[in-house]
Amino acid sequence: MGAFLENTRIVRHADAGPGYRTLVLEAPRLSAALSPGQFVHVRVPGLEASALRRPFSVFFAGEGRVELLYKVVGRGTAALATAAEGDTVDVLGPLGHGFPETCRGTPLLVGGGYGVAPLHFLAARMVQSSPAAHPILFLGGRTRDDLLALDRFAALGVEVRLATNDGSAGSKGFVTDPLDDALIEHRSKGMPFELFTCGPDGLLKAVAQRAVGTGMPGWISMDRHMVCGVGACFACIQRVKGPDGRPFNARCCVNGPVFAANDIIWDS
Amino acid sequence: MRTPLTTASGTFGYGTEYAAALDYSCLGAVTVKGIRMSPWPGNGMPRHAEVPGGLVNAIGLQGPGIDDFLAYHLPHYVDVVGSDLPMIVNIWGGSIDEYAAVAARLSDAGAPVAAIEVNVSCPNVKAGGHTFGHDPAVLAQVVKAVRAATALPLIVKLAPNVPDIVPYVRACEDGGADAIALINTIPAMVIDIERRRPVLANRTGGLSGRAVHPVAVKLVHDAYRATTLPILGMGGVYEAADAIELMLAGATAIAVGTATFTDPATAERVLGGIVEYCTRHGFSSACELTGALDG
Repeated sequence: MGAFLENTRIVRHADAGPGYRTLVLEAPRLSAALSPGQFVHVRVPGLEASALRRPFSVFFAGEGRVELLYKVVGRGTAALATAAEGDTVDVLGPLGHGFPETCRGTPLLVGGGYGVAPLHFLAARMVQSSPAAHPILFLGGRTRDDLLALDRFAALGVEVRLATNDGSAGSKGFVTDPLDDALIEHRSKGMPFELFTCGPDGLLKAVAQRAVGTGMPGWISMDRHMVCGVGACFACIQRVKGPDGRPFNARCCVNGPVFAANDIIWDS
Repeated sequence: MRTPLTTASGTFGYGTEYAAALDYSCLGAVTVKGIRMSPWPGNGMPRHAEVPGGLVNAIGLQGPGIDDFLAYHLPHYVDVVGSDLPMIVNIWGGSIDEYAAVAARLSDAGAPVAAIEVNVSCPNVKAGGHTFGHDPAVLAQVVKAVRAATALPLIVKLAPNVPDIVPYVRACEDGGADAIALINTIPAMVIDIERRRPVLANRTGGLSGRAVHPVAVKLVHDAYRATTLPILGMGGVYEAADAIELMLAGATAIAVGTATFTDPATAERVLGGIVEYCTRHGFSSACELTGALDG
């Protein structure tokens, strides 16, 4: 479906942890059209009239609502954070190529910080569509304050394994530590799995390496600054292997943001 | 053109990307992204930086090349948009021969390809673009070569960063252009002071958006006084007032560019506002606005 504009209304806008916010929009058309891993492009209320839109992955969509989970990182998110319940927000979507929703074997979801947002929507859709799926979430952050939405995953019945750099929650170290334990377990038992990840580039690269190394599918959601969001401007490029095996500059907004791990050509 | 509005090349992809976000009936033509003979990878990342009042970009004319454009993008446009809405194809090259060769290939394309916009003013590529647009004698050669290669209407898109636009307008006339387009982006640079590095991988880029609008008005005004060629005005058109200003300065048609990124429905608002303005001021048609400065 082509991207369309929807004039949405804020029904809830609340803190989700230090520096993090949850924005719930009444958006009947978008909520029905969005798939996990897709994103929306938000015209931030209160920013100057010529400011670019800001892209956000979708934390949940359904039941007439679209939920975003974001971190206040710059001018756009700082302005968005002040929007009040009842305000209208102009949203462009659905955008991009999301995660596959079917999975052969165990879905292993690997999130870093607010990169957990699209993994929640994916987990919700997986649990709903195939109760036998049993996804496992591996979530990492610097401290326990960066581990978001744990209550929502608990409500979905999703098993969660945590890691923090300072050891304030879960294992101390990187989220790839508990992930590697699970990969060893799956491989020793001959159990298939697929990897789904969103977070900082370092994490994405680490997860992609594990997908390629184990020969299992990996789905990597890239986070890039975007301008148009619809493929018109060519500002959000990621070098990937094309269908013919030759490298090309893919647009994260339409060819991604989710790419197959095998296809991504990482900067050296 | 059924309306005086088109899209600015490079802001509207290959014409289909905004099909569900904008009512295309407000457009008189769609101008698509620059095409050369062979595929072109464009510049490295980052390719853009947001600045107050605009956007600095250095995309570098990434594109599929004429073969893929004709084989895939043009038929896709016909499927999504139809053949009735004319397409203006922006072209560029690394040599005068390449400009002519791309134009020749487009000549045979048929509807909806209705005109060629010759880009001699992109600030973001070394090989082509502004190399040909900053010397009136070379510019005239490019326009002549393209003119000889096609019977399609030719619009020449000029650079704003010249001391006097008139010699470039003359070169377009001498080369056989049918119209000129003003303005392309203005060369610009953004520095990340914490990292002490240029933000753009290309180091420099081109500024577009609200900030460039008065520059565009001035150049359209200067060009209009020097030529009878129709002028396609663009640069910071976010509201109807911006388009009307360019028309009063001398533009016959208007392109909406960077504003589309903020509001994909900008062209709809702009057209509605032009109609309202004409009614309020007693103009029977938007054509009457061209150069209608009272003083």
